[in-house]
Amino acid sequence: MQTPTDIIPHTGGVIGVAWLMIALPLLGAAVLLIGGRRTDRWGHLLGVAMSLGSFVVAVLALVELLGLGEEQRRRAIELYDFIPGMVKMGLLVDPLSVSFALLITGVGSLIHIYSIGYMAHDPARRRFFAYLNLFVAAMLLLVLADNYVGLFIGWEGVGLASYLLIGFWYFKPSAAVAAKKAFVVNRVGDFGLLVGMFVIWTTFGTLTFKDLDVTGASNGTLTAIGLLLLLGACGKSAQIPLQSWLLDAMEGPTPVSALIHAATMVTAGVYLVVRSGAFFFPVGSGASLAVAIVGAATLLAGAIIGCAKDDIKKGLAGSTMSQIGYMMLGAAFGPVGYAFAIGHLFTHGFFKADLFLGAGSVMHGMNDEVDMRKYGGLFPKMRITAITFIIGYLAIIGFPLLSGYFTKDGIIETAVHSDYPILGWLAVLGAGITGFYMSRMVFMTFFGKPRWAEGAHPHESPKVMTIPLIILSIGSIFLGGYLVVNQTLYHWLSPAVGAAAEAPHFDPFTTPGLVTLAVVAAGVLLAWFMYGRAEVPQTAPAGNALVTFARRDLYGDALNESLFMRPGQWLTRLAVFFDNRGVDGLVNGLAATIGGSSGRLRRLQTGFARTYALSILFGAALLTGALLLVGNL
Amino acid sequence: MNKIPAPTIEYGTLAPMLLVFGAAVLGVLVEAFAPRYLRKSIHVPLTLLSLAGAFVLVVVQTMTKGAPTAPAAMGAVAVDGPALFLWGVILVLAFVSVLLINDEGQFVASAAAVPGTAAEDEAEAEGRAHTEIYPLVLFAVGGMMLFPASNDLLVMFVALEVMSLPLYLLCGLARRRRLLSQEAAMKYFLLGAFSSAFFLYGTALVYGYAGSVDLAKISDALGTGGVLDPLLLAGLALLGVGLMFKVGAAPFQAWKPDVYQGAPTPITALMASGVLVAAVGAVLRVLWVGLGNLDWDWRPVMWGVAALTMIVGSVLAITQTEIKRMLAYSSIAHAGFLLIGVLATFDAAEQNADSLSAILFYLLVYGFTTVGAFAVVTMVREAGGEAGHLSRWAGLGKRSPMLAGVFAFFLLAFAGIPLTSGFFGKYAVFVAALRSGSESGDSMGAWMTGLVVVAVLASAIAAFFYVRVIVLMFFSEPLADGPTVASPSAGTAAVIALALLVTAVVGVYPQPILDIAHQAASGLFVR
Repeated sequence: MQTPTDIIPHTGGVIGVAWLMIALPLLGAAVLLIGGRRTDRWGHLLGVAMSLGSFVVAVLALVELLGLGEEQRRRAIELYDFIPGMVKMGLLVDPLSVSFALLITGVGSLIHIYSIGYMAHDPARRRFFAYLNLFVAAMLLLVLADNYVGLFIGWEGVGLASYLLIGFWYFKPSAAVAAKKAFVVNRVGDFGLLVGMFVIWTTFGTLTFKDLDVTGASNGTLTAIGLLLLLGACGKSAQIPLQSWLLDAMEGPTPVSALIHAATMVTAGVYLVVRSGAFFFPVGSGASLAVAIVGAATLLAGAIIGCAKDDIKKGLAGSTMSQIGYMMLGAAFGPVGYAFAIGHLFTHGFFKADLFLGAGSVMHGMNDEVDMRKYGGLFPKMRITAITFIIGYLAIIGFPLLSGYFTKDGIIETAVHSDYPILGWLAVLGAGITGFYMSRMVFMTFFGKPRWAEGAHPHESPKVMTIPLIILSIGSIFLGGYLVVNQTLYHWLSPAVGAAAEAPHFDPFTTPGLVTLAVVAAGVLLAWFMYGRAEVPQTAPAGNALVTFARRDLYGDALNESLFMRPGQWLTRLAVFFDNRGVDGLVNGLAATIGGSSGRLRRLQTGFARTYALSILFGAALLTGALLLVGNL
Repeated sequence: MNKIPAPTIEYGTLAPMLLVFGAAVLGVLVEAFAPRYLRKSIHVPLTLLSLAGAFVLVVVQTMTKGAPTAPAAMGAVAVDGPALFLWGVILVLAFVSVLLINDEGQFVASAAAVPGTAAEDEAEAEGRAHTEIYPLVLFAVGGMMLFPASNDLLVMFVALEVMSLPLYLLCGLARRRRLLSQEAAMKYFLLGAFSSAFFLYGTALVYGYAGSVDLAKISDALGTGGVLDPLLLAGLALLGVGLMFKVGAAPFQAWKPDVYQGAPTPITALMASGVLVAAVGAVLRVLWVGLGNLDWDWRPVMWGVAALTMIVGSVLAITQTEIKRMLAYSSIAHAGFLLIGVLATFDAAEQNADSLSAILFYLLVYGFTTVGAFAVVTMVREAGGEAGHLSRWAGLGKRSPMLAGVFAFFLLAFAGIPLTSGFFGKYAVFVAALRSGSESGDSMGAWMTGLVVVAVLASAIAAFFYVRVIVLMFFSEPLADGPTVASPSAGTAAVIALALLVTAVVGVYPQPILDIAHQAASGLFVR
C-alpha cells in the first residue's frame, strides 16, 4: 500500500494559469447574465467558446503534466490569501483533478454544442447557456481547489446551477417544485459536508489537502469525519438515503439531465470520497464500509426503480443512481477500487450522456413526449439517434469489449475479492437488472409497433445534435478498453490517490466476470420476452406489489414524508405556537419599545436651530462634566 | 528689531494639497475673468484634473518616498502614512462627487433670487448657473485634506473653517425645494459656527496648560505627569465638542438629518463621504497624537459618546420616512462604529497600527458605498425633484430592477452583510476593539467587549431599516404615479459603477485594500 505522492508548489506554464479553466466559463456566465438581452444573438456561441476554451486549457495542462515524472505530477498553484490565517486559495493540478477537468470540459463542450440545437426555439436560450457556463466554472472549482473550502464553494456553486437549471422552465409548477426539492435535499448533504469540514478544521487545523496529515488522530474522529463527508456525497450524488431528488430533477431540459444529472455533478460525491480517500476512507475502516453499503444499496435501488419507469428520462435517472452506486462501491476499496470507480465514472460520463442526449433527440422528434409507451418502432425514423443510443445501451449493460464492460467488471471483481464479497454479488445482481431495464427501454423505444400519439411526426434531429451523439458513442465504445486493459488509468491516477501493494491485471475469464455476463444475458432475454416479442400496451397495466413499489421510487418520497416532513410540520406548528405566544411577545415587545423610543426621540429633532444649539451646549456640558469626573477619580 | 524667520515649507510633500488649493484659486480667477458661457467648460476639466493630479501625486509620493517621518511646514502639517491614505480616499471621493455635481439639474440657477418669484423663473429661463460651485468644492476638498493632516490645533482650526465655509454655501444651492435647502444652509452655518467656537475655546484652554498648540508638544507636556489641571480637561472636552460635531456623533448629531436632507444630493454625497473621512482622521490625530498620554481620561467619555451615537443613529433611523434623512441617521450610526475603532488603542504601537488600519479601511469602503447610494438617490425623480419620501420608492424593484438591485446592494453593505465591503469594515473594527479589550489587560477590557455588544445590537436594529427599504422596493406594488428613474448621465453611471465595484470586489476580496490600509497605518502618526 503506497500513499499519494507529495504535492509540489508550481509556477509558470499552462498549469500556472490553470485558473483560466474556471475563469473563462465564469466570465461567460457573467457576460451573459449582465449583458442581458443584448447578448441574445450570440450568447450561445460565447457559451460554447468559453467551454471549449476551458477544454483547451485542460488538454494543455494534461500535456504539461504528462511531461513530468510520475512523482512530480501533483502540482499546487497558489492564487491568493482567501481567509487570512485560515485558507490560502489555490488549485491542485494532479492526475485526478485534470481527469475530471477533461471530463467536465470535454463532455460539457459537447453538451453545449448539442444545446444550440436543442434549445434553438427557446426564447431564454441565452440564460440557459449562462447557467451552463456557471455550472462548468463551479464544477471546475470543485475539482481543482486544493482545499476543502474551495471545494465547498464549487460544491454550492454546482448546487445553485443545478437548481437554476432544473427549474429552468420555472413556469411549469412541476419544474419549480423539482428544483426546490433538489435544493432542499442537497442542503441536508451540504450540512454534512460543512460539519465535516468544521471537524477537520478543529482537529487538524487545516483544510488544505497538502497540509492535511491524519496520522495520530483517533479512529472515532476519522470515522466521524468520513461519515459526515459521506452524507455530503450522498446528497450530491443521489445515494440512499438522499436519492429522492434525482428523479424529479429530470424536469430540467434534457442537456442538463445529461451534463449535470448524469455525467458530471452527480459524480461529485465520488470525487469527494476518492479525494478524501487517503485521509478518511482507508480500506477496512468503518467509513469505507459505510461507503460500500451505501453504494451497493443504491445500485440495487436505482436499478429496480429503472425497471418500472415509463418516462424515458426517469428510467435513465434511476439508472444513473444505480451506476453511481457502482462507483461508490468501487470507491470503498482503496487505490484499485478508486481506479475502477473513476474509470466507471468516465465511461459512464460518456455512455450516459450519450443515452440522455439520445433520449433528448427522440423527444425532440416526438413533440417532447417522454412516455415510452407512446414510442415504439422509431428505429427507421431516426437511425443515427437509434444507433448511438444502442451503443450507449450496450456499453451500460456491460456488453463485452464496450466501455462499461471493463469498468463495471473491474468494480465487481474488486468487491467480490474484498472482505465483503456479498456486496460484490449484489453488484452482479444489479448488473442483471440493468440488462433488463435498459433492454426494456430500447425495445419500447426503437422496436415493436409504433404507438405514437396523434400528430407525431418522428424525424431525425439536426447535425448539431447528432454529431455530439456520434462523438459520445465513439467514447462509449473505446474509452473503457483504453483505460482498463493495460491499467492505464490505474497507473495514471496512482500518484494522486495512492497505489495498491499489487497492481490489478485485466482478466476477463474469472468466475464473477462470467457469472455477470450470464446474469446480464438473462436480464436481456427476459426483457425481450416481455417487451420485445409481446405487445406493449399504451397504458401501464396495474402491476403487482413489487411493481408498485418500484414505480413509487421504493416509497422513498413516502418515507421522507412520514419520517421527516410530517414530524417536521408538527414541529414547526408547535414552534409557531410557541413563537406566537412566547417569543413574539418578547420580540414584538422589544421591537415596539425600540420603535416607540424612536418615535419619542424623534420629537427632539424639532427642526429649530436653537434647539440643536441647546443640545450641543447640553452635550458640551455633559462631556466636560464627565471628563472632569473621570479625571478626578 | 527682531526679524521674523522665514518658515521652511516642504513644497514637494505638500504638493497634492497645494495643487487642489491652487486650482481653487485659479477657479476664482476664471469666475472673475472668463466669459459666462465658457466658465463651465473650463471649470469641469480644471476641477477634475486637479483632483486626479493630486491623487496621482499622493500615489507617487507613497510609492517613491514613502511617508515622511517628520511633520512638514515647521511642524504644522503632518503628511504621514495615515494622512496620505486619507488624502487618497478624500481625493477619489471628491472626484466622483464632482462627477455627480456636474450633472444637470441639481443646482439653482440663481441663489439670490427669492424662491417662488419672477426673478427665479427669469434666471431659470435664461439658463444661468452658479459655476462658483467648482472652486468652492475645491476649497472644501483642500480643507478636508488639511484637516486630518494638521499637526497643530490652530492649523486644524483653519482647516476646519476652510472645509466648512464653502460647504455652508453649497448646502443652500439646491434647485428644488429651495426653502428647505436654504434653511439647511443656515442651520449648518449657525451650528457650525457655534461648534467652531467650542473648538477654538478648547484650543485656548489646552494652550493654557501646555504652552503650545503643537500636538507633539501638548503630548510632551502631558507626558511629564503631575496633577491633571481641570482647565486641561475642560479644554479637552471643548475640543472634543468641535470635532464630534463634524463627525456627527451624539449628542452633536442634530444638524445632520436636516442638512443632509436640504443640501443638493451631490453635496450631501461629498459631505457624507469626504467630510466624515476628514473628521474621523482629525479626531484620530488629536486623540492619539496630542492626547495619547491622556487616554485613561478620554476613553470612558468617548465610550459613552460612541455607544450613544450608535444607538441614537440606528434607533432614530427606524421612524424616518425620507430617504436622505434615513441615510443621514445611517451615517450617524456609522460614525459611532468608527468611534469604536478610535477607542481600540493599545500599549504596543504595532497593535495600534492594526486598529488604525481597520479604521482607514472602514472609511474607504463606507465612503464609496455612501457616494454610490446618494448617486442612486439623485436618479429617482418626480415632478418636484428627487422622490424623497420613502413611500414613493414602493415597488421600484418592479419598475427598474437594476437600479433597485444596486441600491439594495448598497443598503446591505451599510448593514454589514457578508460579501459586501461593509461586512469587512465592521468586522475589522470590531475585531480591533475586542482585541484591545482582551489584550490590553486593563479595566477597559470588559467595557470594550460591552461596546462591541452594543455595536452588534445597533447593527441589528440598523439592519431592520435597511431591509425595510429593500422590502418596500421589491415586495410592494408599484405606485401608479410613482417616480420616474432618470436614465443616468455618463458621470452618474460611472460613479454608481465604481461604488458598486468597490463594494462588491472588496466584499469578496478585501486583501489588497486591507494591505494598503495596513501599510499606511504601519508607521502610525508622526509627531
